[in-house]
Amino acid sequence: MSKINSKIPEGVLETKWTKYKSSVPLVNPSNKRNIEVIIVGSGLAGASAASSLAELGYKVKCFCFQDSPRRAHSIAAQGGINAAKNYQNDGDSTYRLFYDTVKGGDYRSREGNVYRLAEVSANIIDQCVAQGVPFAREYGGYLSNRSFGGTQVQRTFYAAGQTGQQLLLGAYSGLERQVGLGTVKMYSRHEMLDIVMIDGKTRGIIARDLITGKLERHFGHAVLLCTGGYSNVFYLSTNAMGCNVTAAWKAHRRGALFGNPCFTQIHPTCIPVSGDHQSKLTLMSESLRNDGRIWVPKKKDDARKATDIPEEERDYYLERRYPAFGNLVPRDVASRAAKERCDAGYGVGTSKMAVYLDFTSNTLRYGQVEANKRNLHNPTAADLKKLGQEVVKEKYGNLFEMYEKITGENPYELPMRIYPAVHYTMGGLWVDYELMTTVPGLYALGEANFSDHGANRLGASALMQGLADGYFVIPYTIGSYLASDISTKAIPTDHEAFVEAEKKVQEQLDKLMNVKGTKSVDHFHKKLGKVMWDKCGMGRNEKHLTEAISEIKTIREEFWKDVRIPGIQNELNTELEKAGRVADFLELGELMCKDALMRKESCGGHFREESQTPDGEAKRDDDNFSYVAAWEFKEAGNWELHKEELVFDVVHPTQRSYK
Amino acid sequence: MKQFLTSSIGKKTVMAITGLFLITFLIVHCGINALIFYNDGGKNFNAGAEFMGTNPIIRTMEIVLFLGILLHIYQALMLTLGNSKARPVKYAVNDAKSNSKWYSRSMGLLGTLILMFLIIHLKSFWVISRFTDEITGGHTTLFAKMKESFSADGSFQGLTVVIIYVLAMFSLSYHLLHGFHSAFQTLGLNNKKYTPLIKAVGTGFSIIVPFIFAMMPVSIYMGWIK
Amino acid sequence: MNLTLKIWRQKNAKEAGNLVTYPVKEVSPDMSFLEMFDVLNEQLIQKNEEPIAFDHDCREGICGMCSMYINGRAHGPAQGTTTCQLHMRKFKDGDTIVVEPWRAEAFPVVKDLIVNRSAFDRVISSGGFISVNTGNAKDANNIPIPKDDADNSFAAAACIGCGACVAACKNSSAMLFVSAKVSQLALLPQGRIERESRVLNMVRQMDEEGFGSCTNTGACEAECPKEISVENIARMNREYLMANLKK
Repeated sequence: MSKINSKIPEGVLETKWTKYKSSVPLVNPSNKRNIEVIIVGSGLAGASAASSLAELGYKVKCFCFQDSPRRAHSIAAQGGINAAKNYQNDGDSTYRLFYDTVKGGDYRSREGNVYRLAEVSANIIDQCVAQGVPFAREYGGYLSNRSFGGTQVQRTFYAAGQTGQQLLLGAYSGLERQVGLGTVKMYSRHEMLDIVMIDGKTRGIIARDLITGKLERHFGHAVLLCTGGYSNVFYLSTNAMGCNVTAAWKAHRRGALFGNPCFTQIHPTCIPVSGDHQSKLTLMSESLRNDGRIWVPKKKDDARKATDIPEEERDYYLERRYPAFGNLVPRDVASRAAKERCDAGYGVGTSKMAVYLDFTSNTLRYGQVEANKRNLHNPTAADLKKLGQEVVKEKYGNLFEMYEKITGENPYELPMRIYPAVHYTMGGLWVDYELMTTVPGLYALGEANFSDHGANRLGASALMQGLADGYFVIPYTIGSYLASDISTKAIPTDHEAFVEAEKKVQEQLDKLMNVKGTKSVDHFHKKLGKVMWDKCGMGRNEKHLTEAISEIKTIREEFWKDVRIPGIQNELNTELEKAGRVADFLELGELMCKDALMRKESCGGHFREESQTPDGEAKRDDDNFSYVAAWEFKEAGNWELHKEELVFDVVHPTQRSYK
Repeated sequence: MKQFLTSSIGKKTVMAITGLFLITFLIVHCGINALIFYNDGGKNFNAGAEFMGTNPIIRTMEIVLFLGILLHIYQALMLTLGNSKARPVKYAVNDAKSNSKWYSRSMGLLGTLILMFLIIHLKSFWVISRFTDEITGGHTTLFAKMKESFSADGSFQGLTVVIIYVLAMFSLSYHLLHGFHSAFQTLGLNNKKYTPLIKAVGTGFSIIVPFIFAMMPVSIYMGWIK
Repeated sequence: MNLTLKIWRQKNAKEAGNLVTYPVKEVSPDMSFLEMFDVLNEQLIQKNEEPIAFDHDCREGICGMCSMYINGRAHGPAQGTTTCQLHMRKFKDGDTIVVEPWRAEAFPVVKDLIVNRSAFDRVISSGGFISVNTGNAKDANNIPIPKDDADNSFAAAACIGCGACVAACKNSSAMLFVSAKVSQLALLPQGRIERESRVLNMVRQMDEEGFGSCTNTGACEAECPKEISVENIARMNREYLMANLKK
């Protein structure tokens, strides 16, 4: 039997989920009380799943490595959350959201999953508003929407530039309510280091208390990994410092297949690297591209100040290459175009790895509109600039401030310098329609799974997916598995499987501590990141990927020979935490390159230089690659590929064009 | 009710209510005492003093006033004790002046200074008018008593007393500068529209009332009041 | 830039700590404060010493994890800025910088600059929510909310739970944090249903955690990286008074 069965319900697309919900086995309330569910991660997916399952009556244990569940990195999402509410009366519908998402994902996602996502999107907004999430509103008191990339309707709900924060705090309040009621037990500053399998089923986890350094065994009838994405394999990304692949990777090593690992999203508008000390990158919201024009000087190595370069010597390359969409092309296209200009020697700033995002012309345009509003005749250029800056400040004030704090430059006067950065990973643990991985009883939710975004995620869809999985999908689908497990009593954690798993974890920790080498963990992480960025980043080719695979192997070997972790194991030891995570990244990086090498087409965020149209655009190969690559771990450096063919009954894949 | 009074907000509410009550007392006290500025040899002033000393309502309120003062002090002590427990280890470096006014952080100190002054002040004037027959028996008047205390008779004592009074009024001024608007904030009376007004009135009050009080001993000492 | 750092080192919650002096060389003004710590830690690791433990995660000013008392101020000298967003250009060559952990009975030191802020979580779980189960909610636009209320609620909701308010307050009071949540929910119609029990429970929990009382110095507002207003404290006082009068 094939390893993978996506379990997509039969029938018409529109009724799959409804039919599934009404036929899925249920667990009666008295049984739920005896069933324990472990949730790893407390971001949007984790917190929403934890509170929803606890409300249903399950006994939930929730783990996070931060000091509080409220700090999960979902909090940093800026722009918004999509939902097919059609409040704007502009023709939105479940079908359109579904269609936009499948198309935006460059036809590498499952129709069934995406349709379900679009279907429940509206419920998410209802739920969040009821929880007290202060979304932006119009004067009439109704919810406000804005538009985002890749769509033609206004369906994005937002709370200024802090939508992720507000949604997470909403989910967190629900979670804390259950903690107060005693239905969820929260374990913060705990890191999951392995899953425990008994008779082929997931029965618990081994976690390390990060304060005492002690290993703990926890039993659960099912385990949900809501552990986010793995962008930090690149060392520099917009992810938080602690974001890691460890939980997912341990599951992968225990048999869970990893889907489409090479699909990473590179966000075009981030603040560029300023030096070797750089520890992370900061995103400037996509919404800025609505009002900024992106350009580089026409002359190579132009050292003049941006404001001294006259209009005719500027190359507005996005407007030049993509006249129809201009500065609003999708993220992958904008990112590659910036890289192309910088590689060709037209980059700006000290590093030469940046392009300008210039608000001058729109500032003046806004100034003119404002002058008209205020009945000012013959305003001077300085007046227009001042009036325009007030408008810009109202729209993007907090982002401009953030930029100034980081760079020390005033973006009202000088154009912003931006460069693409790794932002999101579409790949992740392979899951079926029920969000279960190939390991029975082990689920993956949110960014940690591979499912809904195909090869490229649209803006404002990550929040939607995390909450959809946690609030509205898993509460139903988990019943299908647990209904047959109601007779299983809690297994004591002195069971040999727990002992064996803990021993394995202990051995790895000992091994790390005992290397006693000469170089810090960051040294290896930076090295890995550089290889990944240079050779498995925005542009990929066979030669580079092959090199990268062998380079990563070398770094991995060096790491295990020469890493230095000061301190001891049984106490708070941040270097030891990082070392464990980097050790997993060093294996994942290789798999990403392998996957990228195998996928000889370009699609979404994955750009194979060998597969492009004559004018340099990404070229998909549906005949040979219309599948999900699900990798099975055999041993370090050895994987087996399984393919899940993608069937498109409703939408018909076409080549994307933004010209 | 017990839960309310023992809660942190409840204790603060008691501070605010007693504080505002003491503020109203200051208005009355200041108004009556200002009669001295008629400069009529203490005629109006003594009449006021007699009214205050004999009116039954005022005499009842006097008891309430003392209870208010005691409650204000007791609650302040409780709060200070609790607050010092909330931070057992202090900062090695603390740049508090960058985030708050010194007097808002020194209410306990300012209050203690005011209390010390109160003891002296009560002993000099209130005790003799209530517990001796010096004034009620017509041997002297409150006005005469004041002249005696504050006059520049060449001895060092008069000057010392005046200086103590003036310094005490500085303490009162700063105590009020924070206490006035702080009481409104504690009672939840904060509003974008009215808070600036409350603050302005508070600032005015904190400067004017202690100034008038301070001017009494100063004027007598300088010989402006005959 | 060359700097002298005096950093609080404390092995764990039980042992006593002290300030230790570290010189740091060649600090770039473009570094963030935490990146400067990364450089220092790299040097310590090279010397086989234990790096300084400090809390940090998103490094973009939103997760609320970073918490350093820098030269006597919560999150350092810049207004409306978290430690991770503070950049070295705010300092001068030759400066001495003293870095301490948050100090409060309710935030015990875990190690070096890391403190335990779980008291905040317990305050939230005592009432900082609206009791709505998943699936209960009807259409979002069934609850119109005046824009001003929504905006004020949002301004209160901007709190990142970093604890700077407690750290900066001379009484280690948590009133700004607690009132921000009480305000956010009290301003919304869907939050008003539980307003009384919420404020009563949250204040009780806050007091039990050992935070001090508010004396309205305004230090919290001045040091809050999200510039949350003390108006929220007044609102909570009001809510608390009204709740006590009714219940």
